[in-house]
Amino acid sequence: MQALQQILALTRLSLLSLPQRAGAVSVIVIGIAGVVGVLVSLLAMRDGFQATLGATGRLDEAIVLRAGANAELSSRLTRDDLSVIAAAPGILRDADQRPLVSGEVVVVLNLPKQSTGTDANVELRGIGPEGMTLHRGVTVSAGRAFTPGKRELLAGVGAARQFAGLAIGHTLTLAGEPWTVVGHFSTGDAHESELWADAGVVQSAYRRDGFSSIAVRLTDASAFAAFSAALAGDVRLKVDVQNTRDYYATQSQRLRRLIEVLATAVAIIMAIGATFAALNTMYAAVTVRGREIAILRALGFGAGTIVLAILLEALALALLGGALGGAIAWVVFDNYTVSTLGQNFSQVVFAFQVSWSLVCSALRWALLIGFIGGLLPALHAARLPLPAALRAR
Amino acid sequence: MTLGTLLLAGLFRRRGRTLLTLASIIAAFALFGLLDAVRIVFNAGADNAGLNRLIVTSRLSLIQPLPLSQLPRIQAIEGVDAVAHANWFGGVYQDRRNFFPNLAVSPAEWLAVHPEIRLTPATREKFLNERTAALAGVDLVDRFNWQTGQKIPLEGTIFPNKAGTNTWTFDLVGAMRGDGDTRSNFDGQLLFRYDYFDEGRLRDHGTVGWYVVRVHDPARSNAIAQQIDALFKNSDAETKTQSEKEFNLAFVKQFGDVGMIVSAIMAAVFFTVLLLTANTLSQAMRERIPELAVLKTLGFSNGTVCGLVLGESVLLLLLGGLGGLVAATLLLPALNGKLGAQLPPLSVTPGSWALGLAIMLGIGLLVGLPPALRAMRLRIVDALADR
Repeated sequence: MQALQQILALTRLSLLSLPQRAGAVSVIVIGIAGVVGVLVSLLAMRDGFQATLGATGRLDEAIVLRAGANAELSSRLTRDDLSVIAAAPGILRDADQRPLVSGEVVVVLNLPKQSTGTDANVELRGIGPEGMTLHRGVTVSAGRAFTPGKRELLAGVGAARQFAGLAIGHTLTLAGEPWTVVGHFSTGDAHESELWADAGVVQSAYRRDGFSSIAVRLTDASAFAAFSAALAGDVRLKVDVQNTRDYYATQSQRLRRLIEVLATAVAIIMAIGATFAALNTMYAAVTVRGREIAILRALGFGAGTIVLAILLEALALALLGGALGGAIAWVVFDNYTVSTLGQNFSQVVFAFQVSWSLVCSALRWALLIGFIGGLLPALHAARLPLPAALRAR
Repeated sequence: MTLGTLLLAGLFRRRGRTLLTLASIIAAFALFGLLDAVRIVFNAGADNAGLNRLIVTSRLSLIQPLPLSQLPRIQAIEGVDAVAHANWFGGVYQDRRNFFPNLAVSPAEWLAVHPEIRLTPATREKFLNERTAALAGVDLVDRFNWQTGQKIPLEGTIFPNKAGTNTWTFDLVGAMRGDGDTRSNFDGQLLFRYDYFDEGRLRDHGTVGWYVVRVHDPARSNAIAQQIDALFKNSDAETKTQSEKEFNLAFVKQFGDVGMIVSAIMAAVFFTVLLLTANTLSQAMRERIPELAVLKTLGFSNGTVCGLVLGESVLLLLLGGLGGLVAATLLLPALNGKLGAQLPPLSVTPGSWALGLAIMLGIGLLVGLPPALRAMRLRIVDALADR
């Protein structure tokens, strides 16, 4: 009980004297804020990318590609393939008993980016008549859907933000012909980075007679096995089938791993640097207060109490720095939208996601740094021989 | 006692504090070495691009093929030395994670427009004469432990072949290496011959992905680029011609603002280092005011005292910074292993060393200047009296 009172008194003392040591203290706070801020931003980038591509995939949607092709861009399927696949078992049917199957044509276009003005790749997806129903969560957020058979474009909201010239009513020249942007759509997933149009119109404009992929909505996730077995057993087809969750997870694997490894390496090095900075500051703090600490010990404060009080101070500062770094990362980067080269050689637009769990895990790093940074100087202070420490000036 | 030893004695007056500060600086510069290596890899293509090379792609998009019939017409333009062409093959070796670029090229022309590719005369001879020959960059050869003469099977993700499978087999005839700064461009690529590829594929015969044009006079490359695009205007296959540098830059930019992210992290790191070192130094100086006054009493001039303090801070940054870059050099191989084939191998280049050195000097001077000025202006009487 008495020890607790002593610790509280000492902690209060050191916290109250913090403003006088603002310069030294800010080194710990800012150093740790830097570590936490950078770590949170990098991980928020990874999570945002993951969320966008993860949301794109479903267990009850399948994507069919030519055997051996690992992305839509390198795959080609014929009209015959489409009719064979549409007859396979396990496919969900709409109110008119038509199977929810869409033959899709993917081409890559160059459009200038709004931020830099330089050209970047954007995916133009021609979708079949069932496409708008088949893809989950498609809402036309502005304007209207395209009319089949016309050169009209529906731009994803992500693409509309990143690329210039996608406002409703604008006309773009694609494959030498004028196309009109008639609406914007949102899906909450990676499709938002694309432009959508009628598959037939895209095929004729780009002289394609087949499809890049065939998208299928299944009755439920368990129908996948039967569907994929039927396709594998059909001698007329040479295709690979995946559910879209697996497909998009594979597509994003490389970038995810890259961000993960780099973020960890950067965070570890920064944490080491910040630990030394914290050690330095806390050593300086106990040196400056060496006499004061010696007097406290002479008055009967226990060595353990003093160690704890110094440790608490370091942890408080670390927490402050961590909170500051997390807050900065949150203010600057939460929902910060960027785009990068994703699947199909095209831009994927995604937003950074700064979540509580992310900030909390970064705060654990901060506390660890504070703990190491406080413990050694605290032990040092508690071990100084009293007479010498009292005489120091 | 020389000035140098005086400097060192001052620096290590409080050994613990100096070592801790050094350790933080080492960490900061290790991070700098790492991030700068990432930045350089992302900008590599742009910096190494030959000024006299143009890239001709389809105006519709990078992936739209161009007819081979355009080649003689480009070749005929005055000022064009050589025209090579390439197709992106997108082949996979063993596992999808083993990604590396592999291209089908016109062999003789490709080597002619890229004189920076180094290979032995015997290898060159074989590549020019054997239909199934493939050239691999030295990094690939190391990574997969390939031997010259070995057969290399690639799974074509875009192009099935006439045999009805996706497997294409090539004979490795030797290794190639990029000259000087171009190593990251070529050392991780695999090249094979267009004739073998075009004959073997099922569709798109007689088309190429892009042309690489070498012009005689770099000053005329803009004019020639416009001439090429004009040649095919309103044809079925309109072209877009850019200098290799523009082309690579546009490609790099598509990965998003790696440069922005890297600079933001570096700014955060260096701001912290600045603060930390400035704090340590000003603290050290405060403690040593009486000593400095003694030095002045002994006859050291104001300038020398100022120089001593400044020298101490620069020395601290140099020691820590160089240590950090050495640490980065040692750490990067391990990181490359972790990254697998995600990026070309990262390394601390001479450019990074030079930039790092400039930053060390800059921060050292910036941080040392305020205490140095204070030391210079110190009045002996006040300082000795501890006022």
